[in-house]
Amino acid sequence: MMDNVFGLYNYWVVIFLMMTGFYIVISQRNLIKKVIGLNIFQTSVFLLYITIGKVEGGTAPIVSEGFNVYTNPLPSVLILTAIVVGVATTSVALALIVRIREAYETIEEDEILAQEKLT
Amino acid sequence: MIKQNLLALQIVIPLIAAPLCILLRRRALVWGFAVLVCWLTFGISVVLLRQVLETGLVSYEMGGWAAPWGIEYRADPLSAFVLLFVSGIGAIVLSSAGLKDTALDEIPVSRQYLFFTLYLLCLTGLLGITITGDLFNVFVFLEISALSSYGLIGLGGRRQALPAAFQYLVMGTIGATFILIGIGLMYMMTGTLNMADMAERLVMADGGRTALVAFGFLTVGIGIKMALFPLHIWLPNAYAYAPSLVTAFLAATATKVSVYILLRFVFSVFGVTFAFETLGLGGVLMFLSLLGIFVASTVAIFQTNIKRMLAYSSVAQIGYMVLGISFASTTGLVAGIVHLFNHALIKGGLFMAMGCVMLRLKSVDIEDMAGIGRKMPFTMAAWAVGGLGLIGIPATAGFISKWYLIRAALEQNWWIVAVMVLISSLLAVIYVWRVIETAFFKEPSARAREAREAPLSMLLPTWVLVGATLFFGVMTSTSAGVAGRAAEVLLRVIP
Repeated sequence: MMDNVFGLYNYWVVIFLMMTGFYIVISQRNLIKKVIGLNIFQTSVFLLYITIGKVEGGTAPIVSEGFNVYTNPLPSVLILTAIVVGVATTSVALALIVRIREAYETIEEDEILAQEKLT
Repeated sequence: MIKQNLLALQIVIPLIAAPLCILLRRRALVWGFAVLVCWLTFGISVVLLRQVLETGLVSYEMGGWAAPWGIEYRADPLSAFVLLFVSGIGAIVLSSAGLKDTALDEIPVSRQYLFFTLYLLCLTGLLGITITGDLFNVFVFLEISALSSYGLIGLGGRRQALPAAFQYLVMGTIGATFILIGIGLMYMMTGTLNMADMAERLVMADGGRTALVAFGFLTVGIGIKMALFPLHIWLPNAYAYAPSLVTAFLAATATKVSVYILLRFVFSVFGVTFAFETLGLGGVLMFLSLLGIFVASTVAIFQTNIKRMLAYSSVAQIGYMVLGISFASTTGLVAGIVHLFNHALIKGGLFMAMGCVMLRLKSVDIEDMAGIGRKMPFTMAAWAVGGLGLIGIPATAGFISKWYLIRAALEQNWWIVAVMVLISSLLAVIYVWRVIETAFFKEPSARAREAREAPLSMLLPTWVLVGATLFFGVMTSTSAGVAGRAAEVLLRVIP
């Protein structure tokens, strides 16, 4: 029981963040808040990958004398790419929001929908 | 030298050409350059397909690092086939962007060079997904194509394009992140990212619950990306409000490549036994695809915006592809794969025709399209032929897909499914006929009276695509033959 709670501590954090982010994306009507939710959602996956890469008792993966066990560097490298993708996604999203604001003068999803219904 | 590096060049050429488009800037220059690059890419994929059909598999080690550690690019019959039509349609659609008086005019002049950059980036992403043998690479290319397509949709002339692009961005990112989670869990079980290596190790790993969770995340993520009903809500608005050229390109290629990812993951990585016998994926896919076919076709009937109508029809057509896959038999897979190709041609042609209509009418509403068949006979004739293909009339490509689909259903005694496929085709008859009747038999609307025929630079690519649907409706041995090879490889009938 305690092993499940503390031994898998990282995974619980990942799941909590993932669901938080996902919930924000679904429930919020404000576009900026949606983007923030999306970011939390993506960040949880970054944590998942980094947790996968950790080897118990391993050091940083730099070859030197006296160390035999190294942490797996590959997931960290992968996540570096995923972080770049996340930043790109956020910037595209924010750019779209700026243009939505210019076109509709609001960034609330329901107000945009209401304007569409009228026209 | 070139022959050995074909697989890399397929991706590298459009990738490097994309930023160069920003430097060229002038419309004539940048168009000529981008079209040249697209046709070059298409040429490479033709050579690749011929090589693959001779040898069965072409593999390339990126940077000289051997397979399970380095990134491997590999082309088997399925990926070579998808590469061929994605690059081919990319080239044909872009060719119509022309010098003046084309659908490109929907995009403001100051942003046109960006259109070409994003277009080539999107093409790179789609080809990359298809060609790579590395799981994480799939995610990276998926995001390259997705991010550029958000930009492309946002270029649309009407303001509705912006919320549509944003909605697609949110859904697309969730889908891609789900896929990323799935890949992470698979890496956790096996310690490899190479697909072929993964397939071998997954059998030994016996992941149990982890494999189950990974599979769940992957199928839902891919489902969002390929707009499988009920995960399709991003698609209709995105296709309806994007610039016509973008719609033609994305509708013909983007969702098809996502179906390819599904095929790759389910059949090549997880294997038929795990997905269909242990998990019963077939039943889920069959239910969702049939539901999607009927709901989306019915919704399509009530649309007034014809681009939106075709978008809903796309959701229904994705259903036919997935239905074929859900049988997990050779015939079923042939039906699914051949419909990837046929539907790409049909929808590409239909949306190109809509581009011609948009150019002349500045509208794609059914009311404005009344009587347009008399003013734009060649455009609407192309539309009509494409529409017949959508229904699946004999001698069009759409018939071949449905023929295989029904045969696959009858093989497994799913006669009720076969009947439902036939009934759903009647729904397609209704929405296609509605447009044909309005365009040819109604009094011209105010806008239609002032319209004239679309320029040859747009008609020619439209008719190339529509003509291809007729060609492959008669000469079935080519498309169905390659699809058959691909299906056999997927089911490991031949090693």
